[in-house]
Amino acid sequence: MEIFDIFLLEAVLNGILLGGLLALLSLGLNLIFGVIDVVWICYAEMIMIGMYAVYTLHVQYHWPLLAAMAAGIASVALLGALMHQFVIRPVLSAEPINQLLVTGGVLFFLQAAATLAFGIEFKNLGVKLPPVAIGEMSFSFPRIIAFAVAVAGVAATYLFLTRSYLGTAIRAISQDREIMPLMGVSPGRIFVATSALGGALAGLSGCLLVLQYDIHPAIGLSFGPITFLICVLGGLGNMLGGLIAAFIFAQFISVGGFVFAIEWGYVIAFVFFIAVMFWRPQGILGGK
Amino acid sequence: MLALTDVCAGYGSFQALFGVSLEVKAGESVAVIGPNGAGKTTLLRAISKLIALTAGEVTMQGRSLKHVPAHEVIACGISQVPENRRLFARLTVEENLKMGAFLPAARKKFAERREFVYSLFPRMQERRAQLAGTLSGGEQQMCAIGRALMSGPKLLLLDEPSAGLAPVIVQSIMQMVKRICAEGYTVLIVEQNIRQVLKVVDRAYLLETGRIKSSGASAELLASDEIRKAYLGM
Repeated sequence: MEIFDIFLLEAVLNGILLGGLLALLSLGLNLIFGVIDVVWICYAEMIMIGMYAVYTLHVQYHWPLLAAMAAGIASVALLGALMHQFVIRPVLSAEPINQLLVTGGVLFFLQAAATLAFGIEFKNLGVKLPPVAIGEMSFSFPRIIAFAVAVAGVAATYLFLTRSYLGTAIRAISQDREIMPLMGVSPGRIFVATSALGGALAGLSGCLLVLQYDIHPAIGLSFGPITFLICVLGGLGNMLGGLIAAFIFAQFISVGGFVFAIEWGYVIAFVFFIAVMFWRPQGILGGK
Repeated sequence: MLALTDVCAGYGSFQALFGVSLEVKAGESVAVIGPNGAGKTTLLRAISKLIALTAGEVTMQGRSLKHVPAHEVIACGISQVPENRRLFARLTVEENLKMGAFLPAARKKFAERREFVYSLFPRMQERRAQLAGTLSGGEQQMCAIGRALMSGPKLLLLDEPSAGLAPVIVQSIMQMVKRICAEGYTVLIVEQNIRQVLKVVDRAYLLETGRIKSSGASAELLASDEIRKAYLGM
């Protein structure tokens, strides 16, 4: 068969690389929803803030790149904690639609703030990494780094959630919020910790994206919807489902884009999403 | 050890407790018995600060719990096994125990207390890696009691440990309670299963519609006409 060639294999491998990154993108959003039961519509905009933080520290203040990235992760983690304390906490017992609108408001706030602070022109780090060639196939080096770091980030989050006391409490509170005080756990503090962790994951995603893409205030819109769709496809709040969905989505985009055209990759992925929603509205691994 | 003075509490405009006073001394096992809806669960929830008191006071070892937030009650040495056990169904048995040892002071003693819980309930050791939601009712009760013991409490509050369990299991649960008392824990237990619980505790209070109706040593209450006629059907 003509189509089964080395470039198809390249597309599949690129899809796996993309899948790792998408898995990391959706993990934080999923975690926050699973624990606090609020969807942060503005999650991608927090990633955008992380990208700007790395850009500002590295390009304008000449910090070493890794230091700028560490600071970027820390600042988005702080932003996540503040987001919970000042935006989510007041509406915790409100109607879901109001919670959604509030986080949507934060989306526009962050976009406008970024426009004011950085203008609308595209910025980039100016870091150029050569592509990696394996035989006839060629892979973008930033993508390989992004994949490796994303997988490490997902694994670290998994270990944290399963091994540590705080991580176990984060999983427990999503099962029974009311009795947590009987364990000596203050639910409010766990929520802040979860939000900070979700923020840190957004910050890490920002570090990986800023290696590959130019930054502009509306960049959140180019991967925010897909992040959200991956969470829904996997079963909102189900982290394992999110991982599976990320890799499925990435294959549709990458291989679909190879067989047809780049834009068609997204079209096929979204058609697949809609089809799954008819078949399983709760998502692949969703419970209720 | 624990003293309640004229405690009133309720939910919104509904008042469930009307001036309840009781006392639990160190080393004692005490039951609060009474029919469904008497306010027994509310009483334990008030002690653990899961609901606020509208009047009265709770003191633990002489210290008022008035300004202690709910998540710090356990640090005062009060641990509660809630009604319907309320295990974390999608955590393993061992992870549930871990949650019981969440306090920093308890984390240091996790391994030691876990072994104690396993020696008390060998079945839990067999099932340590199993999800709590897949345990049988009696096993879930063991796990819930184990979880409450992980903080090393001075006072253990048990809310209806026999609820929803088969009669044979109820008997073994009561034997478990007896063993825990024998281990030196001070226990306050709330039960509808009056005949069974009076066999294992030292003293009891009878709670009806939010008020203490009578109290006394278990044997006395078992023999009293009031209890026999109304609750034991004799």
